[in-house]
Amino acid sequence: MTFMGETNSLIQIKGLRDGLLVSIDDAPWAEQRIALIAQVDAQPAFFQGARLALDVASQVLHVNELVDLRDQLSERGIFLWAVISESPTTETTAQLLGLATRISKPRPEENRQFSVDDLGEETALFLNRTLRSGTRIEFAGHVVVLGDVNPGAEIVAEGNVMIWGRLRGMVHAGAKGNKKAVICALDLSPTQLRIAEEVSATLKPQNNPSPEIVRINGDGKLQAELWSPG
Amino acid sequence: MPAQVITITSGKGGVGKTTAVANIAVALASDGAKVVCIDGDIGLRNLDVILGLENRIVYDIVDVIEGRCRLKQAMIRDKKLPNLYLIPAAQTRDKNAVSPSDMNRLIKDLRADYDFVLIDSPAGIERGFKNAIAAADRVLVITNPEVSAVRDADRVIGILEAEEKGPGALIINRLNPILVKNHDMLSADDVLDLLAVELIGVVPEDENVIIGSNRGAPVAFDPKSRAGQAFRNIAKRLRGEKVPFLDLDHTGGLWQRLQRLAGRK
Repeated sequence: MTFMGETNSLIQIKGLRDGLLVSIDDAPWAEQRIALIAQVDAQPAFFQGARLALDVASQVLHVNELVDLRDQLSERGIFLWAVISESPTTETTAQLLGLATRISKPRPEENRQFSVDDLGEETALFLNRTLRSGTRIEFAGHVVVLGDVNPGAEIVAEGNVMIWGRLRGMVHAGAKGNKKAVICALDLSPTQLRIAEEVSATLKPQNNPSPEIVRINGDGKLQAELWSPG
Repeated sequence: MPAQVITITSGKGGVGKTTAVANIAVALASDGAKVVCIDGDIGLRNLDVILGLENRIVYDIVDVIEGRCRLKQAMIRDKKLPNLYLIPAAQTRDKNAVSPSDMNRLIKDLRADYDFVLIDSPAGIERGFKNAIAAADRVLVITNPEVSAVRDADRVIGILEAEEKGPGALIINRLNPILVKNHDMLSADDVLDLLAVELIGVVPEDENVIIGSNRGAPVAFDPKSRAGQAFRNIAKRLRGEKVPFLDLDHTGGLWQRLQRLAGRK
């Protein structure tokens, strides 16, 4: 996606997967910098909080110039993280300032959305670890966790959710409306559970945890039952 | 031997990061180690105050990074311990003045000449935190025995794992044995049960910590303080010694003192 081309032909702004790429040409740096800041100030809401990579073509830039720009952007809530250049001097400058000079490296993703495009309907995501606070797992199938789900962690699954461990976070099973979905855990002390559109707040904490299974009962409410084999 | 670079972080603010850095640094330096502490909380600097070095600051970390002074010029030597140094934060800039690779370069220059580099992280999980952990060999996560602080510590541990800085080791700060005994406070076991990481220290609640911080004389200098002892033990564990954990639940000394504090006697 390219836009705002006509307002200022010097500067091109593109959306990347994880931020913005601003390309400028070889016109004098001072002009380019003013033009870029003017663009930003014209649309503060769009730029606010953006991760920005800057392609400066063959401009030769020194530490002061890039520091000034980085500070100006930073004041506007924009994080300059990369400068791409054909000039070795500029590249060295960028490296000196701790900026990336290549933009292909993917960022580590904390909140992953898994895709099941190639898989059948009855697929499950198996997670062999404890989900800590701030982790969000979304999956268009079943989710199985071998580990704990800590308070502040979230699982949103279109199918069932099984926790082989302690469930103390939030789980939403049948997230696309499947009322038959179930949630089970070895120790069920969640912050909140949801199945389809039904929500239940904290279930009573247990002194002697035992495996339980939660489903929607005849009254349309979430109900937990002790799980017994057979 | 090159320096061990240790960052102390927490997620939640106000749990005692800066106090812990100051005290562990004092304890390590009292044992003869060469120690540099770096205040990573740019824009909200505190470590200089707690170490009592506020009035000696001429240059700060941003001056070093932006080339206005040499590294040695920004290193302030402690009043009492000649082998303890502080690199203060800048008070008039924000976290964006420093990048993770700035930190890496700065610390690379320190590694050869010192035994420990301790970095005080700002609260939060944003830029300042990323700067603070960038160069760390080891991260200590500090929490109080309360639900919100533990939740944030859990988040931070998750991020450390994602950034391949290991799960970190845990300091539980400001534990009050009386509240724990009456089931009014999470116990060390409750906290560990949730976080499931290595424990490196439990520091009891102790009013001398605040008094020491206000005076610019960290409690680790005080041989009688239990909190000071807990910090000295953490320092020993960082040096690889096996030190038993303090028995906080005994009937003499601190116990009675705390009961007096709580108005029970």
